Amino acid sequence: MIDETRIRTLGDALHEAMTSGVPTAKISELEPDSTIEDAYRIQSRMLARRIAAGDSVIGKKIGLTSRAIQDALGVYQPDFGQLTRQMLHQNGESIDLGKLMQPRAEAELAFILKRDLIGPGITATDVILATDYVSPCFEIVDTRFQDWKIRIQDTVADNASCGVFLLGEGRADPRDLDLSLAGLVIEKNGALHSTGVGAAVQGSPVNAVAWLANTLGRLGIPLKAGDVILSGAQAPLIELQDGDELTCEIAGAGRCMARFTGRAQA
Amino acid sequence: MSLDAEAVARLSERVETAQTCARAIRKLTDDHPGMTVADAYRVQTALRRSYERRGQRVVGWKAGLTSRPKMIQMGVDKPGVGFLTEAMARPEGSAITVSDLIHPRVECELAFVTKAELSGKVSRAEVMAATDYVQPALEIIDSRFTGFKFDLESVLADNSSSARFVLGGRPRRPEALDLRTIGVVMEIDGEIVALGASAEVLGHPAEAVAMLVGVLHDMGETLPAGSLVLSGAITQAVPVKVGNCVAARFFEMGSVGARFVA
Repeated sequence: MIDETRIRTLGDALHEAMTSGVPTAKISELEPDSTIEDAYRIQSRMLARRIAAGDSVIGKKIGLTSRAIQDALGVYQPDFGQLTRQMLHQNGESIDLGKLMQPRAEAELAFILKRDLIGPGITATDVILATDYVSPCFEIVDTRFQDWKIRIQDTVADNASCGVFLLGEGRADPRDLDLSLAGLVIEKNGALHSTGVGAAVQGSPVNAVAWLANTLGRLGIPLKAGDVILSGAQAPLIELQDGDELTCEIAGAGRCMARFTGRAQA
Repeated sequence: MSLDAEAVARLSERVETAQTCARAIRKLTDDHPGMTVADAYRVQTALRRSYERRGQRVVGWKAGLTSRPKMIQMGVDKPGVGFLTEAMARPEGSAITVSDLIHPRVECELAFVTKAELSGKVSRAEVMAATDYVQPALEIIDSRFTGFKFDLESVLADNSSSARFVLGGRPRRPEALDLRTIGVVMEIDGEIVALGASAEVLGHPAEAVAMLVGVLHDMGETLPAGSLVLSGAITQAVPVKVGNCVAARFFEMGSVGARFVA
């Protein structure tokens, strides 16, 4: 286990990389023996710096939910990061790539809770009962390291590689929709880019949210009414350039649209 | 150089033997490098006439090469088509023999069943208006060429790799669903092996049907009312072997499945 002073140094380095746009060295290289628990402690320190600078937590993201990404990292469980108010953008907004380092987009389903969800012991049924609505969204992932060749400790420490996110228009009650089979269609600049389906995320996005509630529960962290939860990418990563326009549509749940301007920092 | 009638007849027999005996053959273009797409469809038509003479009934058509990446790979701008006979149909949930196939692969598709004739240049909207219902389908494709390796002319002459098909699940009126966002999950023996949404088929499966009608027109054919059309793969084609149990789940349309036996 890495000592507290070192954790603070590494978390501070990530925070400074994020604010300055200058990449920092990978945790997996600096601390090859670091554990996933160490990485979450670094993530907490990075978050604490954000909160101290005036931001606030409004939800969570779930990452590493697809079989393909799990195989790539050799990790067979999801991870999570924290969503803050300053990361939130609304449907149709223009995202300045110049404020990000190596951004890529993922299309997902967002859950907005109407009741607290406190694990462990949470099932998919509890998730459906606690959900106000679901909505399509884009998560713009980013890495504060030199490149995307990262390991599990790196992504976890770096807030699960979260950059910013947009919530779409359209809402569905999860009791009205087969979230496992609802199809996802992504268009980039008016042309079909890729498709996906909810089952790509842990069999169903509901299962990913249940996993999150149970994982946080063991750490003593509740999911609160009003929280936004990004449940995991349903389709491959999307490369972004100045002028790109992306839309995603999820059957029965609506659409999300985003524009991108400028050039990424790294 | 275009093939003469004798060459077309010979190639049609060669393909038919490969299909009925489940024996892989060399690409047709190895012996006929000058063969064109029009020649390939002449071979396919000769094959269709031969099956009809043996008493099989053509029940519809399939569209192949319906994803942009596949079209780019094959250098085409419209789908390839193949005919479907009642002898290729297998019941939902049945045991499908693979010993009479060479190297079968399974794809998930939306099947269209029409209620009005479609001919010539038609729009996606006209296809929708002429559609009686849509239904989940498994298509079992089987190239008759060694190693599943072929070029455009060879695959079209081989009836676009058509082999077997299974319709199942819940028939739906086309206007009851958004046919772009039908999510599909294919499982073999309970494990997810492929997934996607129906926009993979040219942005909208009815688009593939419209283009198929155009290809039929070029062959001098129309699509009569009551035809079945397999509109193209939503998922990648996955090889199957004896003992496999395949199930495909479609958004708001139930599921279709089959198992494979020797």
